[in-house]
Amino acid sequence: MISHKRSMERRQFLKGTVGAASLVALSGCDNLTQSSWLPNILSKAEQLTEVVQRAVTPRDALAKEYGASDISKVFPANGNTDPGTQDYAEHVTKQFSGWTVEVVGLVKTPRSWSLGALKELPSRTQITRHDCVEGWSAIGKWTGVPVGDLMHLVEPLSSARYAVFHCADVDDEGIAYYESIAVADCYHPQTILAYELNDEALDVPHGAPLRLRFERQLGYKQAKYVMKIELVESLAGIGGGKGGYWEDQGYEWYAGI
Amino acid sequence: MTVSIQSEDVVSRGADQRSIVESSSDEALSTVSTPVVTAPAMSERVYRHRLLVRISHWLNVPFLIILIMSGLQIFNAHPALYWGDRSDRDRPLLSIRPMQTEGRDVIGVTTILGHRFETTGVLGYSHGSGRAFPAWATIPSAKWLAMGRQWHLFFAWLFLINGLIFAAYALASRHVTRDLAPTSQDLRGIGTSLKDHLTLTHPTGEAANRYNVLQKLAYVTIVFIVAPLIVLTGLAMSPTIDTAVPWLLTIFGGRQAARTIHFLACFSFVGFIVLHILQVVLTGGFNNLRSMVTGWFVIKHEARC
Repeated sequence: MISHKRSMERRQFLKGTVGAASLVALSGCDNLTQSSWLPNILSKAEQLTEVVQRAVTPRDALAKEYGASDISKVFPANGNTDPGTQDYAEHVTKQFSGWTVEVVGLVKTPRSWSLGALKELPSRTQITRHDCVEGWSAIGKWTGVPVGDLMHLVEPLSSARYAVFHCADVDDEGIAYYESIAVADCYHPQTILAYELNDEALDVPHGAPLRLRFERQLGYKQAKYVMKIELVESLAGIGGGKGGYWEDQGYEWYAGI
Repeated sequence: MTVSIQSEDVVSRGADQRSIVESSSDEALSTVSTPVVTAPAMSERVYRHRLLVRISHWLNVPFLIILIMSGLQIFNAHPALYWGDRSDRDRPLLSIRPMQTEGRDVIGVTTILGHRFETTGVLGYSHGSGRAFPAWATIPSAKWLAMGRQWHLFFAWLFLINGLIFAAYALASRHVTRDLAPTSQDLRGIGTSLKDHLTLTHPTGEAANRYNVLQKLAYVTIVFIVAPLIVLTGLAMSPTIDTAVPWLLTIFGGRQAARTIHFLACFSFVGFIVLHILQVVLTGGFNNLRSMVTGWFVIKHEARC
């Protein structure tokens, strides 16, 4: 009997310990999240992920391309669905006839193209899967000009490490949207500046008239309303310094997972 | 009188002497070589869990709690599951959402394969907030996808590294073949074992020193099936890994299917953890806990009392 009582006491003790431990864990994690040091440690995983993923992924390995029957009936538009500025509204009325995209920064010959001139360049069409950081996926058919072709024309300097995509949209607080990818990734065959979705001119919610398709990373890297591509050596000093609108809000710059 | 069972008159012995003999660098060795026999043995101490197994086990406690809770945070960003490669929002397998009723109240609705359940208070709507899993189940507790991902992807690496070290050790030390893999004799006794579990009849004496067949199956399944599955389905959600290892999408049936399997594997872990803790408590919580902390497990030989 005594042993039974003792083992019951032990059980109670165990239950109490486990319960208390989980409560500590819960409130502890929130405190740690607010601390100055823990998020810095957590963010180290991004570097490890990038190094390992780049090591195991052949440079030109293509993201899966799907068949026409796989295309999503509805391709959700996320993030900003209309830049909402006066300038942009005028472009919409003129059907983007005056839209240009310039490639500047650390390049030998900066250039700019009108939308019409871009469409004259050789294009690539790909039916690919868009993976949103939220968890959903949608499949769409994109047509556009390979960013690598533009790079060959402007000839990046050897010091250029990042291609920064400056966009026409600003958020409610007036912060301009931008994104960046490695210059090396610009040469991937599926990295394109798209002007068509599912055989139609890109509409405003999906980023008219030009958006980036960077197929091997998550949806938030696919900058919409692209006006300018700037090649830089460092991301410091651009926006919040983390390489993109979403990155400045805590999302990873390397969005391979 | 059963008081004597509490006696600390014990004989020390290596748990599986087979492995002790072959292991060269174990703290058990010295103990085994000098057994201290102080009295007629009522119970004996056996060295049951080796150091690396114990460390790996306890690391998994915070790792899994954090991975599960930060995973639920990520799930909350799009609280629906699908099959195949894309998310057809009109055809989810599961969705957990807040809904406005005609009386203008907000309720939580969980829909599984088209069947709707009201889950207000826990799923879909809790503590005045429309969210799939409630604040007490997520890391961070507030809706914060970016930070949930940071926690999840950091601890995913630790979980993977810990798992690989454990698996390598368990295979090399033959922990798998000796202690975990069910023998054909074990499998023949599966009916008896099932009956024993259902009637809460626990093995005693020498039999308590070995894992029973259901226990072995549970451990082997969780370690060598569910854990690899959760890692691989996690990787299959990575658009970069999908280009490097395209067959991941093929075997799981698409990225959204992989996400669904990831979620099911997560809840297999939750189910395992609940049963595991229950069994630890039911079969002598203190002794079990001590053996997983110190390595030493006490077997009682009731027949000799």
